[in-house]
Amino acid sequence: MSQMRFDPVLLARDAEGLFWMARYLERVENLARLIDVTQSFESPGFETDAWFGLIRINADEKNFAERGFSPDADHVKRFYLLDKGNPTSVPGNLEDARTNARTLRPLMSTEMWRQINMFHRFVSHITPEDLEGDALSRLCTKLKDGVQAHTGITEGTLYRDQGWYFYELGRLVERADQTTRMLDIKYTAMLPRDGEAKRVAELTQWNAILRGAASYHAFKRCTSASFSAEDVVHFLLRDPSSPRSVLLCIRRAESHLDDLRRIYGLSRADESIEVAEYLRALLLEKSIGHILAMGLHDYLDIVQIHIQKLAAAIGRGFFRDWRPEDPLTVMASVPDQSQSQSQSQGPAETVA
Amino acid sequence: MNDFRSTWPDYDPGRYFCELTRTRADAGPVPKWLIERLARIGLPALRARASAAETELIDLGVTFTVYSDATAIDRILPFDCIPRVLTAKEWELLEAACIQRVTALNLFLGDIYGPGHIVRDGVIPAELVYGNANYRPEMKDFPVPHGTYVHVCGIDIIRDEHGDFRVLEDNARTPSGVSYVIENRHLMLRTFPDLMAGIRLKPVDDYGRRLRAAMSEIAPGDQEDPQVVLLSPGIYNSAYFEHVFLAREMGVPLVVGSDLVVDDDRVYMRTITGLRRVHTIYRRLNDDFLDPEVFRPESMLGVPGLIRAWKAGNVAIANAVGTGVADDKAVYAYMPRIIKYYLQQEPLIQNVQTNICREAEGLAYTLENLDKLVTKPVGESGGYGITIGPRATREELAVARASIMADPAQWISQPMIGLSVAPTLAEDGIGPRHLDLRPFIVTGKESWVLPGGLTRVAMKRGSLIVNSSQGGGSKDTWVLADDLTEVSP
Repeated sequence: MSQMRFDPVLLARDAEGLFWMARYLERVENLARLIDVTQSFESPGFETDAWFGLIRINADEKNFAERGFSPDADHVKRFYLLDKGNPTSVPGNLEDARTNARTLRPLMSTEMWRQINMFHRFVSHITPEDLEGDALSRLCTKLKDGVQAHTGITEGTLYRDQGWYFYELGRLVERADQTTRMLDIKYTAMLPRDGEAKRVAELTQWNAILRGAASYHAFKRCTSASFSAEDVVHFLLRDPSSPRSVLLCIRRAESHLDDLRRIYGLSRADESIEVAEYLRALLLEKSIGHILAMGLHDYLDIVQIHIQKLAAAIGRGFFRDWRPEDPLTVMASVPDQSQSQSQSQGPAETVA
Repeated sequence: MNDFRSTWPDYDPGRYFCELTRTRADAGPVPKWLIERLARIGLPALRARASAAETELIDLGVTFTVYSDATAIDRILPFDCIPRVLTAKEWELLEAACIQRVTALNLFLGDIYGPGHIVRDGVIPAELVYGNANYRPEMKDFPVPHGTYVHVCGIDIIRDEHGDFRVLEDNARTPSGVSYVIENRHLMLRTFPDLMAGIRLKPVDDYGRRLRAAMSEIAPGDQEDPQVVLLSPGIYNSAYFEHVFLAREMGVPLVVGSDLVVDDDRVYMRTITGLRRVHTIYRRLNDDFLDPEVFRPESMLGVPGLIRAWKAGNVAIANAVGTGVADDKAVYAYMPRIIKYYLQQEPLIQNVQTNICREAEGLAYTLENLDKLVTKPVGESGGYGITIGPRATREELAVARASIMADPAQWISQPMIGLSVAPTLAEDGIGPRHLDLRPFIVTGKESWVLPGGLTRVAMKRGSLIVNSSQGGGSKDTWVLADDLTEVSP
């Protein structure tokens, strides 16, 4: 008789670790994308505005100033690519991802651990020269490659029990959040021009954003020759097939939560499913024209708040037991909506 | 003597026993092949492969952590690619001696935490046992399943100039290093398949299954499939890699203190579906930290109420609390007598000759031969307070003499042992380096010894210190299969 049992145990701490490891790595990829986009639609004379946009999008103003940086293109690059003490930097995120990976090592394949280990070493050896001129774009490519190698190895080797679902949820929640930030950068970095010049400049920016979200070609295939801002926003927010669209991420998250409830009998998914349903409605209920007229930035802020609520609901449902005091999971009230949402931080160390 | 001199004209083990070149009838053609094959690979290729192997260990994070000031550095245990070879007969002796020793250790613990016959019969002084800092009164009259206290034991064994094995130390608390035994073998199989081709070895990959089976055997009640967990201090512990390794090999969750909770004297772990019962805890946490209710109140690593649950018979803990009294240096000196007392047998492998200064004869001998002996304080570890007679100055010897005379009971002395050597890849070519052996014994209902064990090697020429913190490395330890007739070059 078979000795197999369909009864895998998943520690709450490990579920949270998987969720956050995926988020940290997804952040690294998105940071690389944002930096690449900023670089490629940098306009002479407006470099500082463009680069400081990154700081604003990530609500990192305070952190940036406290770490002794000043609003300057070079400083922003260093803040995100070299500053190991900045938790929102590429090395900072990778440090947190690897620390989580260490705690999760018993659940991960050797291939996954090895790649994170090597990627971590690569990132900790980034030099100021890597940030200069054309080297920066190559660096961004390598960073994207690193995360995508991780994603691929995970797809091919991570055992698909409940743990895999939490890993996926982390990645989807983070990606949805990052796409809203990517879209928001358009509004922060808007250049003050008029008429035809403005139209051309905008076009360049929209193209850059689409490229940043790996959506350029798919978008071209799906729209007519004369596209509008509305089409781009629609594509990034609501396209049902683009892997980085907010709607696709939320739908998949909802389906994973549903699987957890259905296959594993986890009724604790109920609250998260409700938030995901609300978020989906929020994404679909109003026309894009209406959203743009009301102000895209404010709308994206509301979406971001609900993405954070989704993460909090997942935390309350599944991780709370071992971290009852966690501010993330007890967050109940909606914060001030006029500010860009800062990025929440999960555990990088799970040992007291 | 193998004719290694034609291949390695400069290799000279001197007066030390060499684990490869010394002729042993049941080694068959293996030593000769090894030497020939190493020569065929050649030094440059050997170095290139050794360096690739080390890179692989770094990539895989097979590391231990060294803490200095505020920085933590992940280091690999240096790996030497020339294996240490044990023959089937040598292993037969080592295996039997390890089982004998662990059996005696467990009987001793059962006795001193129970009736105390051995003390009443005057075999060992009462204060050495009951006054020992590692004696845990909490364990008094608390029987453990199958009488097993030491579920995992590591026994440090050396080999002297004559090739005789000697026990240097027992590790009965939370011995580490077993992961390297298995990782080293895997590394050899990947990196040096041509060196190993056709040589039949006793396998090492059964450890996780055996350990889990032992942990299941000691679980309370009669669960068909008891829940075993490995309790680790967490990622900042220097042996964390090994904890991960063992949890994976056993197929059980790796938990930290905050994952566990005690309710109604039962132990649970916090899972995504709520609390889940735990039956056996393989802990890699010292006694002191296990339960803040009983031991160190400030411990954040332990589980409040764990000892209560254990004493209520609702959970098993391995190794048991209080085993430290058995692997103490002072008690070590009595091990040959302890073995005789419980088993009516001579030790199959003797201790290093140890003079007990609390006894008149031992004291006299020690003081007369101070310049030839190594003197050690019994309460210390990590080499503190040791005087190496032959290497000490006259002043140092005088200090040692004064210390011993002031409190003889705190001292033992041992002759200086010339540890055996084995060919090792060094900067100046292949040279003899000193080594020891730590076999691992797993005991549930019965004892099982992992074939081979951890061979630690002093990478520095002439050094006798094999500790990883002081430049020691490790080697794959080969135990040759009984029947070597099928091997072909």
